[in-house]
Amino acid sequence: MIKSRGDLLRAFFVVLPSIAAVGIFIYGFIGWSLRASFSAWDGIIPDFTFVGFKNYLEVFSNVRFQKDLWNTLYFTFFFLLLSICWGLLLAWLLDRKVKGEALLRNIFLFPMSISFVVTGVVWRWIFNPTVGVNALLKLLGFSGANWGWYTDPTSVLKFHLALIPVILAASWQLTGYTMAMFLAGLRGIPEDLIDHARIDGASELYIFRRIILPLLKPITLSAMIVLGHFSLKIFDLIYTMTGKGPAFATDVPAIFMFETTFRGNHYAEGAVISIVMLLLVAVVIVPYLYSTFRKEIKR
Amino acid sequence: MRTGQSKYCFRYVVGRITVYSLLFLFAVCFLVPVYVLLATGLKSFKDVNIERMWVLPDEITMAAFGKAFSKLSPNFINSIILTIPATVASCIAGSLNGYIFSKWRFKGADIIFVFILFGMFIPYQSILIPLVQFLNRIGLYGSLSGLIVTHIVYGLPITTLIFRNYYMEVPDELLESAQIDGLGMFNIYFKIVAQISAPAFVVAIIWQFTNIWNEFLFAVIITQKPSIQPITVALQNLAGSQIVEWNVQMAGALLAAMPTLLVYILLGRFFIRGLMAGSVKG
Repeated sequence: MIKSRGDLLRAFFVVLPSIAAVGIFIYGFIGWSLRASFSAWDGIIPDFTFVGFKNYLEVFSNVRFQKDLWNTLYFTFFFLLLSICWGLLLAWLLDRKVKGEALLRNIFLFPMSISFVVTGVVWRWIFNPTVGVNALLKLLGFSGANWGWYTDPTSVLKFHLALIPVILAASWQLTGYTMAMFLAGLRGIPEDLIDHARIDGASELYIFRRIILPLLKPITLSAMIVLGHFSLKIFDLIYTMTGKGPAFATDVPAIFMFETTFRGNHYAEGAVISIVMLLLVAVVIVPYLYSTFRKEIKR
Repeated sequence: MRTGQSKYCFRYVVGRITVYSLLFLFAVCFLVPVYVLLATGLKSFKDVNIERMWVLPDEITMAAFGKAFSKLSPNFINSIILTIPATVASCIAGSLNGYIFSKWRFKGADIIFVFILFGMFIPYQSILIPLVQFLNRIGLYGSLSGLIVTHIVYGLPITTLIFRNYYMEVPDELLESAQIDGLGMFNIYFKIVAQISAPAFVVAIIWQFTNIWNEFLFAVIITQKPSIQPITVALQNLAGSQIVEWNVQMAGALLAAMPTLLVYILLGRFFIRGLMAGSVKG
């Protein structure tokens, strides 16, 4: 293709509005938040007096924020574990040449298309201690079903049990995603490879562990990064399902940031939380983008 | 040989039964929330009590849907007013960007593209405070137009990615022959590239429609007045108030989920393609 200088210049002007929009609304605004996080802005009227790391120290010494970080850690861990194992199992089952595969696939994937707000409203009902799962279990004869679910403030090794219903709801919504990724991966494995192993007498378990799993590694990593970065910034689902929970049992940085900033007007501290969230996500995403676009970046 | 074969056969049957029963079990698990939504939404108020929560309604009534609809229909319309222009604008911009970033890569275009892409992963909390200040200053804070602008801008990374990935597969030879015919950069886009972009537009439109319809964070912060709030915010308010009956809440949830659910049922395979594009490698 012939690309004259004029063409390339015009090309640049075509994307310039988008570059400007992203430059201002993403990078400019991040810079603005960063500046606010070092400022004395505590109230409705902006005050950009520089106060150094004072707000950072305050936020990190806040018990609520410490709980948020533990909650995020546990939530991310169990949510990833559940969605990946469950998604892999579903994909593997669907790959057994089953009848009605399309219908089943749609049943596992449809939750992805609905709002987290809807999921939150429905799952809050399902785990409501008086009318939810407890009532169902009692109906089935388990009279001892009196768990508090998301109203339970107890924690084990800083893991709040109230997070369990939220983890289940999030996995319900996003397991379809990992399933779709793994299914695409499984379909990409050449059948000869598996057939040869079978002829050589390999057991199904051996084939799964030694051939399929290693080949699915890159997909697993992608899924972990996408779901992991998502769980670091989760807001809608928890906000609608449980809110901050009893004694912050289901609180996460996103909810803390929202309440601190837009309900409490503590802008500088809200900015600190948002910057910490950004850094957490960047640690996961920047290496991912770098490795995916290494060629483009080096060009 | 014979016994070996029947043993193999037996194992095959057991395997099949296991596969199907597991799939059936999981399908039932996944459908529990749908059952809850429908069973509760179709109940009358006196039918909604602790003993009868998990059983089917005595008689099916649309009363809860009527009530939810009368409460939420203005917000449903707000969501439509919000979603359509934001989807269309971000897809058109994404298509142009994708064309340039795949076929007319000026110096530095690749690195700029990666920087744009980063924008789809950031936690929006990190831009919220300035965004509110900015919208306030230009007079769009608290309005649906402000929310539309926001969705267009933050939709740019994903739409640019979807179209770039799609145009990367278009052979350069096609564009070269158009050049030989005397077409310039813009004519190639409008007369050739745009003509074959339908699949990418379908994927991008469905993706943006679903995301914007379902979005909550921007909506709850930018629209304060109940009369202009989109349906996700209205549903959260409805469900958050203690006086609203469960059956109405469930009916409202179904109402809010309906448009994207319908799109998924009708055009699911395109939705899945958008999903895959979202994990970058596409």
